[in-house]
Amino acid sequence: MSIVIDETTRVVVQGVTGRMATFHTEEMVEYGTNVVAGTSPGKGGTEHAGLPVFDTVKNAVAETGAQASIVFVPPPFAADAIMEAVDAGLRTCVCVTDGIPAQDMMKVKRYMRTKRVERRMQLIGPNCAGVISPDRALLGIMPGHIYTSGPVGIISRSGTLGYEAASQLKEEGIGVSTSIGIGGDPINGSSFKDHLQAFEQDPDTSIVLLIGEIGGPQEAEAAEFARDHMHKKVVTYIAGLSAPKGRTMGHAGAIVTGSGESAAEKIEIMRECRIPVIERPSDFGTAIAKMI
Amino acid sequence: MDIHEYQAKALLKEYGVPIPFGGLAYSPEQAAYRAKEIGGDRWVVKAQVHTGARGKAGGIRVCSDEHQVWDAADELLGHRLVTDQTGPAGKGVYRLYVEPVVVFDQELYMSMVLDRASERIVLAMSASGGMEIEELAEQDPEAIVRVIIEPAVGLLAFQAREAAFACGLDTALISQAEQILLSAYRMFRDHDATLLEVNPLVVTEDRRLIALDAKMSFDDNALFRHQNISELRDKSQEDPREMSALDRGLNYVGLEGNIGCIINGAGLAMASMDMIKHAGGEPANFLDIGGGASPDRVAKAFRLVLSDDRVEAILVNIFAGINRCDWVAEGVVKAMTELEVGVPVVVRLAGTNVEEGRRILAESDVELTTAETLAEAGERAVASVSREALREG
Repeated sequence: MSIVIDETTRVVVQGVTGRMATFHTEEMVEYGTNVVAGTSPGKGGTEHAGLPVFDTVKNAVAETGAQASIVFVPPPFAADAIMEAVDAGLRTCVCVTDGIPAQDMMKVKRYMRTKRVERRMQLIGPNCAGVISPDRALLGIMPGHIYTSGPVGIISRSGTLGYEAASQLKEEGIGVSTSIGIGGDPINGSSFKDHLQAFEQDPDTSIVLLIGEIGGPQEAEAAEFARDHMHKKVVTYIAGLSAPKGRTMGHAGAIVTGSGESAAEKIEIMRECRIPVIERPSDFGTAIAKMI
Repeated sequence: MDIHEYQAKALLKEYGVPIPFGGLAYSPEQAAYRAKEIGGDRWVVKAQVHTGARGKAGGIRVCSDEHQVWDAADELLGHRLVTDQTGPAGKGVYRLYVEPVVVFDQELYMSMVLDRASERIVLAMSASGGMEIEELAEQDPEAIVRVIIEPAVGLLAFQAREAAFACGLDTALISQAEQILLSAYRMFRDHDATLLEVNPLVVTEDRRLIALDAKMSFDDNALFRHQNISELRDKSQEDPREMSALDRGLNYVGLEGNIGCIINGAGLAMASMDMIKHAGGEPANFLDIGGGASPDRVAKAFRLVLSDDRVEAILVNIFAGINRCDWVAEGVVKAMTELEVGVPVVVRLAGTNVEEGRRILAESDVELTTAETLAEAGERAVASVSREALREG
């Protein structure tokens, strides 16, 4: 098993005709993801990257039974694309787009709540690397070759740090069950806590690596959840010890504005919740090897 | 993106929030003229800088004749204002805002922020204005009223009234407060703001509510749909290196150390900076070259990092997913051939096309140190600075 997706999940690529989308669609297909369709308003009825293209997500769902989507739509239109996915009844949506206005994300999250809990879509991202379950499926932009399958679940805000962790684990001969990039935006879809919950239930995962960074309350929330509700081991790293207050470090959400948001404070919170902290990002592999 | 007080006040005024009648000045002559234009017999001359705590730092001067206005302007203009929030370098003062002195009975605090925890816009108000909100939150958290605003319906009149009543405003002022809050919310929402702080919002002697100060920030991701706001950007208030990075499509934040960083991905960039710190060094900057970086973009990144005189070594750390190590390697060779780099360079490549990238570096005749892992990268960058210091010493 894996969380979020597996090799049977039928995927539609939103904005499939773009340059980036085309490249990553081919990568996903090659990795074994069950990509069944693409959308591009106005190009319905054509074919792209070997896939049937539809004008709307609803059409794609009706014709192909798509269950999940990945969004490669530019920032001004990306929130609309996510809401279209909600409306079409998809269960999972990964949004790769970086640069969506925060108020648009407020609307998206509100719109998602118009569906009943049991029918609610899970959004991953935006501004994220997506999800990979090695040897099963890739719904994202990760370089597939650095992952092998194994017992470690990874949840990371940053894409590249997730890669760094997976490749260090591979060096140690340790594999990954599922790796998820939740994205670097201030208002995002699923949180660290949501995925901790799923990993706790996943029989293939025995330990979870949580890679956080400065800014926002999600790491603290995850720490409390892990302390109170998890039997599996959780280990963490928080990036941004040398980040000054009030400056945005690349990710729109990586900014320290209030108390509890700096790396030092988050590390303190993790320790208070008895979650082991990996201090150096070069020690992901060795630290986890010792814990397994 | 931040804007100046006078710009924020102009926006507030456009939406019907009362502000004092003020004028902008770029010179002492202009400041004195503004005072005359405004009339009355007492004025404040306020330095327009993107920072708080101006008053304590001497950036706000009260004057009682035009000569004093001229002198205050002369003292402030062209100088750097160092406040509790600017760091030691301070911010340059190039614009002044002249306003009449407003006599008031009471100071309130009002702010709206895009709050990450509730994923809503949150209004905060307090009867104790004039203080910094952090200070207020510490001393008397009960005194701050918070209202979470539902995006679908916006701030509601009853919510605005509740906040106003909670601040103890008398009945005659409630409808004024309600109008001000509703207008300010519309302005905030319409422009994709992330922060609006009016501190203080005052009750004048003649029972009017006026915004005496205003501070605003906007969502950078939404500037594409607000040309009028983008045009308010004052580059003099921002780090020139960051501005030139922005023009080149690079994401750069200047820091105080001496090891220049060229990294892909914000997370890996922060982690590499942490590694430098763990190895006993200090990063000179945060720099994310982004995905799909061409050799040309890598070369531009070198030029940018080298424009900082403090840089004594450069660390290039790339974990290529959508990037290509061969392109990055070509960019490194190109930069080191074309530029006088003059400092040691440590390069770590991993991920897509790494073999090809390493081959390009090995076959070139540029002098650099390579590293295989993140740990080696950090340690070698720090070691190269100390070696260089030894050689020069």
